Amino acid sequence: MRYEKPASAKEAAGLLAKEKGAAFLLAGGTDLLVKLKMGMVEPDLVVDIKHIAKANEIQTTAKGFNIGAAVPGARLTDHKALKKAWPGVVEAANLIGSDQIQGRCTLAGNLCNASPAADSVPAMIAAGAKAVIVGAKKRRTVPVEKVAIGPGQTCLGSDELIESITLPKPGPRTGDAYLRFIPRTEMDIAVVGVAVCVTLERGRVKSARVALGAVAPTAVLVPAAARAIVGTSLDDEALEKLSRACSAACNPIDDKRGTVEYRTRLAGVLAKRAAKIAFLRAGGNS
Amino acid sequence: MSNATLVSTVVNGDAVQFACPTDESLMTALRDRVGLTGVKEGCGTGDCGACSVTLDDQLVCSCLVLGVEAEGRNVGTVEGLAQDGQLHPLQEKFIEHAALQCGICTPGFLVAAKALLERNPNPDETEIRYALAGNLCRCTGYDKIVRAVQAAAKDMRKAKRR
Repeated sequence: MRYEKPASAKEAAGLLAKEKGAAFLLAGGTDLLVKLKMGMVEPDLVVDIKHIAKANEIQTTAKGFNIGAAVPGARLTDHKALKKAWPGVVEAANLIGSDQIQGRCTLAGNLCNASPAADSVPAMIAAGAKAVIVGAKKRRTVPVEKVAIGPGQTCLGSDELIESITLPKPGPRTGDAYLRFIPRTEMDIAVVGVAVCVTLERGRVKSARVALGAVAPTAVLVPAAARAIVGTSLDDEALEKLSRACSAACNPIDDKRGTVEYRTRLAGVLAKRAAKIAFLRAGGNS
Repeated sequence: MSNATLVSTVVNGDAVQFACPTDESLMTALRDRVGLTGVKEGCGTGDCGACSVTLDDQLVCSCLVLGVEAEGRNVGTVEGLAQDGQLHPLQEKFIEHAALQCGICTPGFLVAAKALLERNPNPDETEIRYALAGNLCRCTGYDKIVRAVQAAAKDMRKAKRR
């Protein structure tokens, strides 16, 4: 196994493009090293992206935030402006594993591992996050909901890597929230995760984005759920419609964490709760 | 050793060099090449926290870090807690409160608790339990560990005021 630590994303993409064997990217390593230990992967090349300056920064720009692909969860929590702008995204990222895992795990890694239950992904989707992807020949920007295409699979080509995740600057009266259900308080995989982002105008929902995790092969954006609350002041009827739209969008698996029926029902329940939190954070009156 | 890479790093304040294969974890490198066997392997997959160390003051599971990633970094292990033969207050309170039985998880708890107290010198019980959620103990039932951390925190706050 060759270990390389390129200084730029372009250089990293070049290494990936040249490699004929199995190449893997390393940011926090909280998924890759487990797979290595379990013998699930046998890399010929590991490209450590932590020496790429841009991948290590959280930049605040006029348009919002640029979160480097190697920035660990612990640094998101410590970033006051980011936490204030996107509390739901930061909270979702912080649900990943223990403090030890938070010292290493990244948004980009959570996205590229492409688990349907990845906690930060629905929150990023609801917030309108985009992945800045660098390849050997070109750069492209892809909405987060388009990155994972199936369990463990992404739209990235063999010469591509995510350099950073961008989050827009939230407009006035915007709030987001992410809730997940697990049978304990910490250290578990989501049975269902729901993220809601709303923007208000005169006390009513002007626009919304609702995303679900762990109820389909990938995290999904649910436009019908957003339509259920747009134009409303999040009254009981709107919440009921939201709940039904979320349940209708579910296509989950049956496993030890939850049955299809349970997950489908739970998605609706959590959506109502997450929407209420997002609404309050946007300055709405409950 | 095929494919070995020379790694220059700092462990508990001392410059250290070791050679390890590129796919070897920092945990294995610390134990087998540097001789710091206070770093314990429980699960080897980041679930139990027995291999907790600090990497540039950030708490991590050393089983989820490659040895080669330690190049130019600062690594802190349980062996660095005692200073000049004097146990760290956390170590003293773990003994006083009998916060260990078999001891395999103890180094990880001490390193994680030290990282917590550096960030938050006065954590309440809930904060301690959340901060130590990544460390598993199958003997104590955690209660004595929480009490030991609270007692050490109290002593450390007092010592700081002096």
